[in-house]
Amino acid sequence: MKSLPEITNQVKKNLIWKSIFRRDYRNTVRDRAQAVFGNVFLHLHPVQVRESAVKLRFTWGMGGITFFAYLLLIITGVVLMFYYHPSIDQAYTDIKDLEFQVPFGVILRNLHRWGAHFMVIVVMIHMFRVFMTGSYKAPRQFNWGVGVILLVLTFLLSFTGYLTPWDQLGFWAITVGTNMGAATPLLGYQGPFSEFLHITPFNDVRFALLGGALVGGNALLRSYIWHCVAIPLIATILMFVHFWRVRKDGGISKPQK
Amino acid sequence: MNPFIEIITQPDNIAIVIMIFMVSFFMVWAFQQAFHNDRLLAAGLPVDGENDKFVDTFKPLVRIELIIALVVMVGLTIWSIAVDAPLEEIANPTLTPNPAKAPWYFLGLQELLVYFDPWLAGVVLPSLIVVGLIAIPYIDINPKGNGYYTFAERKWSIIIFSFGFFVLWLLLIVIGVFFRGPGWLWYWPWQEWDHARVVFEPFRDLSSVVGIDSRSLAGFILGAIVTGAYMIGGMVWPYMYWKKNNPEFLTKLGMVRYITTVFLFITMMSIPIKMVLRLVFLIKYVWITPWFSI
Ligand code: HEM
Repeated sequence: MKSLPEITNQVKKNLIWKSIFRRDYRNTVRDRAQAVFGNVFLHLHPVQVRESAVKLRFTWGMGGITFFAYLLLIITGVVLMFYYHPSIDQAYTDIKDLEFQVPFGVILRNLHRWGAHFMVIVVMIHMFRVFMTGSYKAPRQFNWGVGVILLVLTFLLSFTGYLTPWDQLGFWAITVGTNMGAATPLLGYQGPFSEFLHITPFNDVRFALLGGALVGGNALLRSYIWHCVAIPLIATILMFVHFWRVRKDGGISKPQK
Repeated sequence: MNPFIEIITQPDNIAIVIMIFMVSFFMVWAFQQAFHNDRLLAAGLPVDGENDKFVDTFKPLVRIELIIALVVMVGLTIWSIAVDAPLEEIANPTLTPNPAKAPWYFLGLQELLVYFDPWLAGVVLPSLIVVGLIAIPYIDINPKGNGYYTFAERKWSIIIFSFGFFVLWLLLIVIGVFFRGPGWLWYWPWQEWDHARVVFEPFRDLSSVVGIDSRSLAGFILGAIVTGAYMIGGMVWPYMYWKKNNPEFLTKLGMVRYITTVFLFITMMSIPIKMVLRLVFLIKYVWITPWFSI
């Protein structure tokens, strides 16, 4: 019988192990730094941070929690996509199948649904924290703006996902929501001044959103693509801009008096 | 079942109950830290975090991130085991539910539809909210309170933001979720929803209060005067006030910033004003024109 340290030692001497981790971790200053900038995920962080970043009191970890919720939604969302067709003949039964056919389908759907609610809640609290600590002040004005766009995208992600089960709840929520598009001044057929541009229900903002004058198959396809591809793409890019700027603006804001 | 229990235990509404608890908790925590720092500031002491030392990212930060991720994951898993996401009947364009509610985070906007026409409530005001939020760092020229919780050093910005955040946003959401029933009528949580209920409210317009037909030329002119007076008065009055009491502040603010700030502020305040006009004085429109009504 070999002892545990012997086994780990052997594993670590293995060529494959060495090719992945490069060097041994010895808990020296150098190794702790190497652990951060040698890792593509961790190197979003600086090697050292101020104490406030580690205590919960200041940031409440809310930005990080928002990001975590987003990752969870991407993972559960990709799995859901394996079981889903964005067509009005199949969408609803696909969701029913999650309940009765797919192993762990119910909990998968629940995680995605409650995770989405949760992300909306925590992103709002994150914004409140950033406001209350005055962290939008110089030099972070721009990053606050990026954040506001992320807030809007978070709402839109959740909103576009509403229609995908093709049930009464989503159908009417989307109907109510996109009716606002019809009220757009100039560009919606019920909006003020639209008659001057010859806007009808068939060429206005709402038509562009729905791909039709009513919520139907095209609207389902559009919301699906916005929800699963287009908005996540934009949001992911903006999140990395957001994180990059947090660092370039000097890390979590510190008291400047 | 008691309608109140029924409403708050609806699966999707559990999120709003969670939101209420989380937001209240963090609100208290934020203001507690703000007042704590205010006491330190008054005593001339450094605020929390001012004398921070540096710590390694690996492991203290990575460890706390991992712990938070695990806690969140466990919490969401429990939530997902305990409560199933609802799936209603298949979409049916011929069967309109009453009330047809937007997703909960948009219910504040849907509530605005009671007080404003859709082009304002659904398009113009939301756009201005986004623009206004982005504008905050550029119009708030107070250099103090950067990077720490404080109330004393930035009273007005916090009061105005909190009013928008807690009252105009979150409170309206809570009203939309819990207090609005069929026909978007007001229901107390202990009241049973009644689909046959119609409420006849004798709505009038501002000019009809003084006996002028709001669709006549005189009504049009009166509405224009009132709306114009609100906008122009709202733009000019703060200027006069500051000119007299705090001219340095005006100079520092500058004309562009002044106009943006005051415009956003009076637009925001038009919401509670119209709510009072509507709910207390039963006034529907202030100004009716052939193209739009406000
Ligand atoms: C999807 C949405 C978002 C994600 C994933 C996100 C993520 C983060 C993270 C991880 C941080 C580091 C500090 C912390 O955890 O608090 C941060 C900081 C920051 N966020 Fe966000 N955020 C989002 C939305 C927003 C919104 C809506 C705003 C404001 C309107 C905002 C403004 C800021 C600012 C100004 C900072 C710097 C704060 C400081 O230095 O103290 N972010 N964000």
